[in-house]
Amino acid sequence: MTAPPPATEPVTPPPPEADKDEQPGEHRSFGDILRLAIQENTVTITVLALVTATVIGGLLTAFTNTTVLTAWGHFFSAPGNAIGQAWDAAFGTYWALFEGSVFNPHTVASLFQQASFSAAIHDGFLSAVFNPLSETAVQATPLILTGLAVALPYRAGLFNIGGQSQFIGGAIMAAWLGYAYNMPFLVHVVVCCVGAFVGGAALGWLAGEIKARTGAHEVIVTIMLNYVMLYFLAYLLSSHSLMEAPGGSNAITLPIASDAHLPLLAGTHLRINAGFLIALAAALAIWWLLNRTTTGFEFRSIGANARASRVAGINVERNWTLVMTIAGGLAGLAAASVILGTDFTLNPQSYGTYGIDAITVALLGLGRPGGVVAAGLLFGALHAGSPGMQVATGTPVQIVQVIQALIVLLVAAPPLIRAMYRLRAARAGGLSTTMSKGWNA
Amino acid sequence: MTTPASAERLPVLLSPGPRRDTAAERFGGRFAAPVTYAVFGLLNILVFGAHAHGDATLSFTPEFAKVSVPNLSLAAAATCYACGLVSIALAVVRLLDVLGIIHLGRVWRRVIIGAVLFLFIIALLVWADGGQAIAFNIVNLLSGTLSDSIPIMLGALTGVICSTSGVINIAIEGQLLLGAFCAAIATSVTGSLWLGLLCGALAGSLVGILLALFAIAYRVDQVVLGVVLNTLVLGLTGYLYNALMTGTYSNTLNNPSTFNPVKIPLLGDIPIIGPVLFDGTVFLYITYIVLAGVQIGLTRTRWGLRTRAVGEHPVAADTVGIRVLAYRYRNVILAGLIAGIGGAYFTIGSVGSFGPDMSSGEGYIALAAMIFGRYTPFGAIGAALLFGFTTQLQSILSSINVPIQSNLLLLTPYVVTIIVVAGLVGKVRGPRAEGIPFIKS
Repeated sequence: MTAPPPATEPVTPPPPEADKDEQPGEHRSFGDILRLAIQENTVTITVLALVTATVIGGLLTAFTNTTVLTAWGHFFSAPGNAIGQAWDAAFGTYWALFEGSVFNPHTVASLFQQASFSAAIHDGFLSAVFNPLSETAVQATPLILTGLAVALPYRAGLFNIGGQSQFIGGAIMAAWLGYAYNMPFLVHVVVCCVGAFVGGAALGWLAGEIKARTGAHEVIVTIMLNYVMLYFLAYLLSSHSLMEAPGGSNAITLPIASDAHLPLLAGTHLRINAGFLIALAAALAIWWLLNRTTTGFEFRSIGANARASRVAGINVERNWTLVMTIAGGLAGLAAASVILGTDFTLNPQSYGTYGIDAITVALLGLGRPGGVVAAGLLFGALHAGSPGMQVATGTPVQIVQVIQALIVLLVAAPPLIRAMYRLRAARAGGLSTTMSKGWNA
Repeated sequence: MTTPASAERLPVLLSPGPRRDTAAERFGGRFAAPVTYAVFGLLNILVFGAHAHGDATLSFTPEFAKVSVPNLSLAAAATCYACGLVSIALAVVRLLDVLGIIHLGRVWRRVIIGAVLFLFIIALLVWADGGQAIAFNIVNLLSGTLSDSIPIMLGALTGVICSTSGVINIAIEGQLLLGAFCAAIATSVTGSLWLGLLCGALAGSLVGILLALFAIAYRVDQVVLGVVLNTLVLGLTGYLYNALMTGTYSNTLNNPSTFNPVKIPLLGDIPIIGPVLFDGTVFLYITYIVLAGVQIGLTRTRWGLRTRAVGEHPVAADTVGIRVLAYRYRNVILAGLIAGIGGAYFTIGSVGSFGPDMSSGEGYIALAAMIFGRYTPFGAIGAALLFGFTTQLQSILSSINVPIQSNLLLLTPYVVTIIVVAGLVGKVRGPRAEGIPFIKS
């Protein structure tokens, strides 16, 4: 996509031999070129990180499984059984994840057992085939949007941990506009989405403005805002005169009007809704913003080197505020996709773990819109498959969080992966998570 | 992001982005302090004084105390008015100082801050208890504050050591959580509380090792790294909890005993102070020792001087022969022990059994306390106590049915932290080279 400016040169100085290899004009065989292309590609690093995390996750599932542990207790009498049990546990877990998120063969089998195809469609058997994919898309939607909310500021050199606060800001607006007003069908959805964008953007703006005006580090400000909004949401939901639904003490709002629901895309049996399209459109818009506009160029320039950008006449502070505002709006849209797409009410736990998941999505996506969509779909699939996996295999759903964190940890440390697989140092790192700026910069 | 090679080696040359010195003036910084005090005074009069009624009874004796102190009965409204007037008088004194008419030393300025806060809290308590039949037990409030703040205090001290050495530690949350988890398991399995404490400390140190390895050796962005490590620990402990510590194993793996309070002879019998300061679990005394150790260590020993040099100007430190990387490794890993002990408090110090996400964000609060406390051990402890105090106050006030919005009370410390970080009350400056990896040339 975008070539990093010369300032972001390799972190680890390549050893002298590597230097010799990369001399231009020197004769190189096709094999050399191919080897270099594979080894220097950040995609390779990402794939290897995925594989490594999967293997570690598999080992973890295998060796916390009681059946497996019993089998390993008899390792010396029956080693084959012990290894087989471990493999079964790990493979079973991943297969259950796959069945829950992509494709379950049993649903196809039952589809063909129906008398006629139309009956199958009518009774929802066809929907059952596509249900895992639909769930993946539903889970991926807020992940992509909040992931973009982290990735965009990341490109401008800011680290937005405030996804949670911005999500809550958007959720409050979406829910309030959703249940308190009556509007015609399409108008209501649009108004709610715009409101959610504004609600999130306000929080993002606040963090950006504080950073721009006072230089306070955005990480601390956004962490604090997360807690402020968390308690503020609890406050709003604690009183009937504010947002709590009348006639109950459940700390939950009234359900939003049905006109404000995001339209379903594939029939009433599947939960996939227009929110997924919003997420894809947002990713496209952010790609366009970053790569085809002056504003995007300024963002990337600041991210590469804020001092040089200031010298070049870019208003760094204004761009900080702007990028955080847009990011906040994206997190607000994520809230809209949850409140208007699947939950239909607002409760004190609505924000889930999106704030933290967003960081893993953005980092795995290498801070690029396309990458964020791919990472969001991958993690969305893990989220969609995990409840079924827990039921089928007894493996706790938190394995998904472990795999997620492992992937990102490995992606963020290319030198580690290179050391593990004896790869050559890349010419330019994909995501510059290495070499930080420090608190005070 | 990378910075040009020369700047990396000389972090001092990196000027901070915007001119932050002017920020305070732009917000009317010189008058911020007196205005704030006056606002507090007016709050005491207009909010608490005007709404207070009846008599407030403050009790200073814990249950089963040998020496009892008589209860203090105050006319609620009059006390609030008095507190407000004194606060306003202090504001005037501070204003005269700002205008240069009188000159106050640094110590007196701090005393005034403390006095205004103290008066505000007194007014709040008197207003809350005014007209209530139950006496408000001050000793319970204070001792509860102290014991509830132990994880935050120890976490913040960990942060102080890491920051002073030039490494940003956002993984305090993960250190607390893993410490709690390992302490619970170790105590349940071995039956020894002290072994549990040791394992908790080592667990915190383990996260410290990961942090040091990735931050120092692989030069991963330390903010990103900390967040990812927190996610990893959160997922891992949640997973292991569900896989191993529930159901059949809950009695063998998650059933630790807890430390009993130990009263120090003589000192523990002093009225008011004794039960608050000298009658707690071993964790309280560890906190005292660690606080004294860190304070003396950082300011009075060769180790402290070198640590500060490594965090402020690693190039200079390296020039005079201090092994910068070795210092950073050692400090980050040893500091992990402290946070691990803080985490162990959650399980073997108070609750007993482990629960998922038990630390519930207190590591982030510790981070805030560290910055709030201006990177000094005593400052960090003070800030940690402030956070603990609001939580404790909230739980006591809600138990005596005071009409106060507990959620709004809980969010105040976070707002205050944002205000402090934004430099409205004063400028917080961290160690110069914090978060910037050192490359020996």
